[in-house]
Amino acid sequence: MTTPLTPPPKKNPLKRSLTPTSPPGVRSRATLGLTAAAAEGRFMLQTCAECSTVQYPPRDACCECLSVDLPWNDISPTGTLLAESTVRTSTNLYFRERAPWRLGSVHLDAGPTIICHVHGDVAPKSRVILSNRLDRSGQGVMIALPEQRTPDMEDDPELRAMSSDPKHRRVLITDARNPNAPTLARALHDAGATMIFVGESETWLPNPQRDALSAIPGVEIMALDVTNTTSVKELAGEIGGKVDILINNARFVRPGGAMARGDVAFAQNEMDVNYFGLMRLAQAFGPGMCARTADGVNSAVAWINILSAYALVNSADYGCFSASNAAAFSLSQNLRNDFRAAGLRVMNVFVGPTEDDWHQELPPPKVLPPTLARSVVQGLRHGLEDVYCGDVAKDMIERFRAGPKILEREMTTGGQG
Amino acid sequence: MNRPRQSYEGVALVTPVSTPYQRYSIETAHWWIAKALKGSLDAAGLKPADLDGFSVASFTLFPDTAVGLTQHLGLSPRWLDHIPMGGASGVIALRKAARAVQSGDADIVACVSGDTNHIDSFRALLSSFSRFAMDASYPYGFGGPNANFALLTDRYMHEYGATREDFGRIAVAQRENALKNPNALMKKPLTLEQYISARPIADPIALFDCVMPCAGSEAFLVMTVEEAQKRGLPYATIEGAIERHNAHASDLIQLRGGWTVDIDELYEQAQCAPTDIDLLQTYDDYPVISMMQIEDLGFCPKGEAAEFVRTHDLTISGDFPHNTSGGQLSAGQAGAAGGFIGLVEAIRQVTNQAGSTQVANANRAMVSGFGMINYDRGVCSSAAILKGGAA
Amino acid sequence: MSTLTDLTLRMASGEVEVVDLTHTLDPDFPVIILPPEFGQCARFRMEEISAYDHRGPAWKWHNISMSEHTGTHFDAPSHWISGRDVPNGAVDEIPTEQLIGPVVVIDCSEGTTEDEDFELTPALIEAWEAEHGRIPANSWVLMRTDWSKRRGAAYLNMREDGPHSPGPTPEAMRLLVEERDIRGFGTETVGTDAGQGAHYTPPYPAHYILHGAGKLGLQCLANLDKLPPTGAVLIAPPLKIRNGTGSPLRVLALVEK
Repeated sequence: MTTPLTPPPKKNPLKRSLTPTSPPGVRSRATLGLTAAAAEGRFMLQTCAECSTVQYPPRDACCECLSVDLPWNDISPTGTLLAESTVRTSTNLYFRERAPWRLGSVHLDAGPTIICHVHGDVAPKSRVILSNRLDRSGQGVMIALPEQRTPDMEDDPELRAMSSDPKHRRVLITDARNPNAPTLARALHDAGATMIFVGESETWLPNPQRDALSAIPGVEIMALDVTNTTSVKELAGEIGGKVDILINNARFVRPGGAMARGDVAFAQNEMDVNYFGLMRLAQAFGPGMCARTADGVNSAVAWINILSAYALVNSADYGCFSASNAAAFSLSQNLRNDFRAAGLRVMNVFVGPTEDDWHQELPPPKVLPPTLARSVVQGLRHGLEDVYCGDVAKDMIERFRAGPKILEREMTTGGQG
Repeated sequence: MNRPRQSYEGVALVTPVSTPYQRYSIETAHWWIAKALKGSLDAAGLKPADLDGFSVASFTLFPDTAVGLTQHLGLSPRWLDHIPMGGASGVIALRKAARAVQSGDADIVACVSGDTNHIDSFRALLSSFSRFAMDASYPYGFGGPNANFALLTDRYMHEYGATREDFGRIAVAQRENALKNPNALMKKPLTLEQYISARPIADPIALFDCVMPCAGSEAFLVMTVEEAQKRGLPYATIEGAIERHNAHASDLIQLRGGWTVDIDELYEQAQCAPTDIDLLQTYDDYPVISMMQIEDLGFCPKGEAAEFVRTHDLTISGDFPHNTSGGQLSAGQAGAAGGFIGLVEAIRQVTNQAGSTQVANANRAMVSGFGMINYDRGVCSSAAILKGGAA
Repeated sequence: MSTLTDLTLRMASGEVEVVDLTHTLDPDFPVIILPPEFGQCARFRMEEISAYDHRGPAWKWHNISMSEHTGTHFDAPSHWISGRDVPNGAVDEIPTEQLIGPVVVIDCSEGTTEDEDFELTPALIEAWEAEHGRIPANSWVLMRTDWSKRRGAAYLNMREDGPHSPGPTPEAMRLLVEERDIRGFGTETVGTDAGQGAHYTPPYPAHYILHGAGKLGLQCLANLDKLPPTGAVLIAPPLKIRNGTGSPLRVLALVEK
């Protein structure tokens, strides 16, 4: 059974922090399909369109009939552990530092044999469920989990290395004024986060959520304005060495597209908060977090952007806001590149219209703070990169995959409903 | 139905050369290959210009191939081959070269393999070994071949009841053989107790289940029997030879190799039976693979190799001489030369040139090769039966 | 000796003191807040371009951004709808002689301590005149409240029903503008109007009446307690922004000791 993680001791100032290392991260283009599926927590393999043979490792042609039509499909993740080993020495530094490392060979019920990581609670030669996760190189890998949940199974060192679990970690939520801040902070506390810093802008203005936030154990309200470079740098100077998970929930939203507004003032605010805010945070907090991704139980692990689902496609009613989110989405991809060597995960949570003042005119369904908080915590536990929160966001990504151009036309009706 | 296999009649294997291995070398693969090639040519009294066929196996020649080597070494062959089949490459090079000589495409073919081993070059080699390994095996603990063979060993033990002691018998016997081979890297005796208590590497694989990567090279020449006799060279003949790739793809995990597909034809071609074999050189990157070969080459039924090694003496003077030079486990694994070590030793044995490791009355030897863990299993297998010819 | 030479000598000797009435431009300095569906006043922001580094080895500099009405700032007549047709009503058009002139200070600090919605009324102005004499025409009139000493949330003093801070009544503004013909009106609060100034008729009477008559405004002033009731000179030139309705500026006063 998994030994539960104990709260990490205070950092020994005489000990050098480990430099982050990565598991092997080079993959063929075909195998990136595994990564794409893992990014959103799906278990998918190539299945031959002609003969239905499930392929693994990923291929460019079917090993049964030579068809080159190999679409990725959701596959039942159940199988049997055929064999296992525990690697005690490796020429790869990442695994060398983490040895012993259990791995195995699983016969998937769907057909192929899969070499995979093996959770410590899996019994020898037993039935397993494979989970497709992102490892710290940001690539999809499979880990065999026991068929039935076991106590503290998230604390298994291999599974934890593939997650961004908030347990025993310290979190910064950037915007105490966002209506979702108290629920988010509460959910992170419940998920085991030990400290929850919450950034509050413009302390010269009242914050009606202050009391609710302060009542949550572990919460500390800190001055932070993502539109103010100095403020972001100052907070990074103060707590940058303790932020293991950064949740950027700062958002500026006003309805209207370019033509409805007739000026760029709100659009500038939107860009300043939603896009430049992210950039300022990344420039101030990113380097420190990247240096601490191998720092034991409470290592830096994830960067979360709460984005609008309109980042994927422009919503006419929120045309300029959508554009700022598209910019932030694009920047998040750039950050993924820059954070990858350190293994710091960038998780984007795409959220449909939220239940707040600025979406008052939209009909339901709308995302309530508890739904968002659940998505964030689950995404962290599963180590995801892309989370679609709420029915609208899920519907939108499905339509986006089916055809971005069709979705664009659906979203831009030109006032004809 | 396959057409009958043509015999290798009239083909002679001569001048086996093993360049003494080194744990680490500052030299290149080119250097090592040149050393073995020169050794073999010198022994045959030939000049580089006399060579008209050239076959190379090497992992560390990059960015060169056999092509670059011709210019580098000043060769002008009319037949050129490059064999990327690792542990199966020796027998496969032999098959191709023999057919070239039989057909007249070449008169004298040098089959050479060699690799260098720089500090960190083994890691670099692993990182770029194969696409499937890169995609689906190395990201899982990066145990390299150790981890792959650990999985096979675990399953083999589970299926057939083999124990670590059984694997240990193979390693211990080979060490005893190696102590008679002055060029073997391993110089200290190994006891079964030492084998069992060795440092674990990738359970159930421990230190003495693993080969030691090193630098080295191996070579021999292929020519007609007439040519060998004319030059007064002791020679071996090929009684039969097989190769097979990606056999038994639907086996969930590898417990047998491609030999099982072709072994009957091999014995038929060689007109002999397992009991006629005087010594066996298996590809021994891990003891479990030698056990698999003992079964798949017909020396015992499937799953009974453990019992076989319990009841046989695998040393040079034993009733079942096996890997007489110490094999890769005790002599070292010099990259692709690991696919030649058994073959070159077998040529020495049947031509009575093995010196301190010579098996008495070694007339017929079997050599098998196994190569290239592409993903979860070795893909290439090969085997040959050699016989000593009259000098 | 010329007047200016005399002045500079007296400034050098300390007989004429230069008092800084300006708050430091700082990202955290409060700005006026409107209901969120309206466009908002941009806060002061500063982004480093280089700091003797790879971005510019020998120099340090910043890009700054803000509203015309951020920090200690100047309101031109064109800022308000009542002043939109006033000739020379933008900051770049205001005659330069208007930018330096006499200043009187009406001390309301005592009343403000007791009542954060303290009103400057005609009665208070007349009482001040009884003591210090009639306000000279074309003078700056500054309302001292010591509000500039407030920090953080206490400055805007924002509550559910809006901000609460002192300011003039419509009648007081009419008296100053129509009967005293002042040059302009200045306060220590975020605007020339009271926090609750929207509820007067007309709403925001200081803005409406001042600018409708082509008069000037100054807000977010500091150090008014260092000025005498009469006799000081105010130097308040805004940036010369084409068609600008206001400007952050450095406000100085010359005070004779």
